[in-house]
Amino acid sequence: MTPTAVLLSLCYITAAVLFILCLRGLSGPQTARRGLVLGEVGMLIAVVGTLLHREIVTYEWIIAGILVGSTIGVAISAWIPMTKMPERIAFSHAFGGLATALVGVAEYMRESEALTLFKMGALGFETFLGFLTFTGSLMAYGKLQGVITGAPVTWKFQNYLNIGLFFGAIGGVGYIVFLHATGGDHQLMNAIFFGIAGVGLALGVMAVLPIGGADMPVVISLLNSYAGLAACATGFALGSQILIISGALDGSSGLLLSMLMSKAMNRSFANVLFGAFGTALEPGGKGAPQIAKSYNEATVEDAGAVLKASQTVIFVPGYGMAVSQAQHAVRDLAASLERRGVEVKYAIHPVAGRMPGHMNVLLAEANVPYDKLFDLDDINDDFARTDAVIIVGANDVVNPAAKKDPSSPIYGMPVFNVEHSRSVIVLKRSMNPGFSGVENELFFQANTMMVLGDAKKTILSMIGELKEGH
Amino acid sequence: MTAEWVFNLYIFVLATFVGYQVISRVPALLHTPLMSGTNAISGISLVASLLAAGSHHRLSEILGFVAVACASINVVGGFLITDRMLRMFRKREPAVQASPPKALGEGKAS
Repeated sequence: MTPTAVLLSLCYITAAVLFILCLRGLSGPQTARRGLVLGEVGMLIAVVGTLLHREIVTYEWIIAGILVGSTIGVAISAWIPMTKMPERIAFSHAFGGLATALVGVAEYMRESEALTLFKMGALGFETFLGFLTFTGSLMAYGKLQGVITGAPVTWKFQNYLNIGLFFGAIGGVGYIVFLHATGGDHQLMNAIFFGIAGVGLALGVMAVLPIGGADMPVVISLLNSYAGLAACATGFALGSQILIISGALDGSSGLLLSMLMSKAMNRSFANVLFGAFGTALEPGGKGAPQIAKSYNEATVEDAGAVLKASQTVIFVPGYGMAVSQAQHAVRDLAASLERRGVEVKYAIHPVAGRMPGHMNVLLAEANVPYDKLFDLDDINDDFARTDAVIIVGANDVVNPAAKKDPSSPIYGMPVFNVEHSRSVIVLKRSMNPGFSGVENELFFQANTMMVLGDAKKTILSMIGELKEGH
Repeated sequence: MTAEWVFNLYIFVLATFVGYQVISRVPALLHTPLMSGTNAISGISLVASLLAAGSHHRLSEILGFVAVACASINVVGGFLITDRMLRMFRKREPAVQASPPKALGEGKAS
């Protein structure tokens, strides 16, 4: 080992330790920022160390790439609103996937002759996973952004086709390794290699199409994990330990989050992995005749009167809060309630919104202190002792059918016991059940008031109502 | 001599284990910063992109350039946006708290 190589290894070990400490810092909000700085230092050490690598002979492309990427990175992170965070995460997974896939292709073109069998296999996986993450994340982005329909797109034998493509790609990787070992036809090898890349691209599209918008938290976490695995495969292909470690950290984080999310939706992990979302989301009420059930449509004045008579209030935010950007209005309403001596809490479901922790970030942006945010298990018994629950654009996470109706697609999903509270105020755009097509019994209960319209506007007029009461 | 890939497999398994242990302690409150933070860390593929972009091979240089750009977006953007998010998490509203300097202190144990 040359002195530079030793130095480089020491740089990478330091970086790996700093990355782990960075994630360790995220175990609490007080230590998180300090941890993040450690991660930044680790990245700097790793990148500067790499630039001294003897394999790097030209710097023009590197400098150009870093300049372009950093400019875009700074621009996106400075201007993107917090409500668009799921879109940004999906988009950055796409970039990560593309980067690893292109590195895989470059490596294959450059030194496929000299690679060991194991590295050849790793290269195949890297390229496959990289391209799969790339198109899969772009699809997720499109669905979140509304460019592609958020409803599940399904066709016949979809799962068989996807599983077939998946194993086809794995078989292709195996065949390349075999050809490489036996010194087989180089043309054929190239064809299969790019075939694998193509299957990765196609599978990314086809695997995400059948998944509905409400299932995006699982998909984004899963893509996170794929991006990590692709980075790991790169590490194996290049013999780079820092890539293996960082990829493993990213992969295990994505895996853990997707397991938490699927648990919060009462889906088995196998069910998530094999893309059976479509079946669980078949619109239940489509064929059935629409029974005209009555609900209490209430005005802002009615809701204000209920709030004035309340001592305890719990907010349940959902994706609708992000859509109407109502987080600041929610905080203001909470503040005016608190000025009247009302105790205010927030109930956050793990899958509320479009990504893990989505609601927490939005409320943090609106300056809601995090010790007022409560998880499902911590707050569910409190609803029975609560005067009013305000549901801001949440639907499935407050649907009592998940507890009572075995025929419901969301049966078994842990939900908030909002119906136990004295009165429930639901802020919703319309009585349309949404693309999941799941009817919500809660909206038709006697103690539920439906205030239809844009959540933000409704909340702002509620604040006005409370002021008039003085 | 142990084959390199066996050695790397050890590293992979142990790193996954450490990652799982560390990340299972992250509260739901910080799951979005966790995602964007690990996203920034996985931008370490920048290291591999640098090697591709800095080689003599023509195609490799071009592919490497795109890869370097993509990975830099994730590294730079990922760390910046995670920090922007983490700055927002407050235990108490500054207006409610009697002692504002303490509430405004960043990252200090209070």
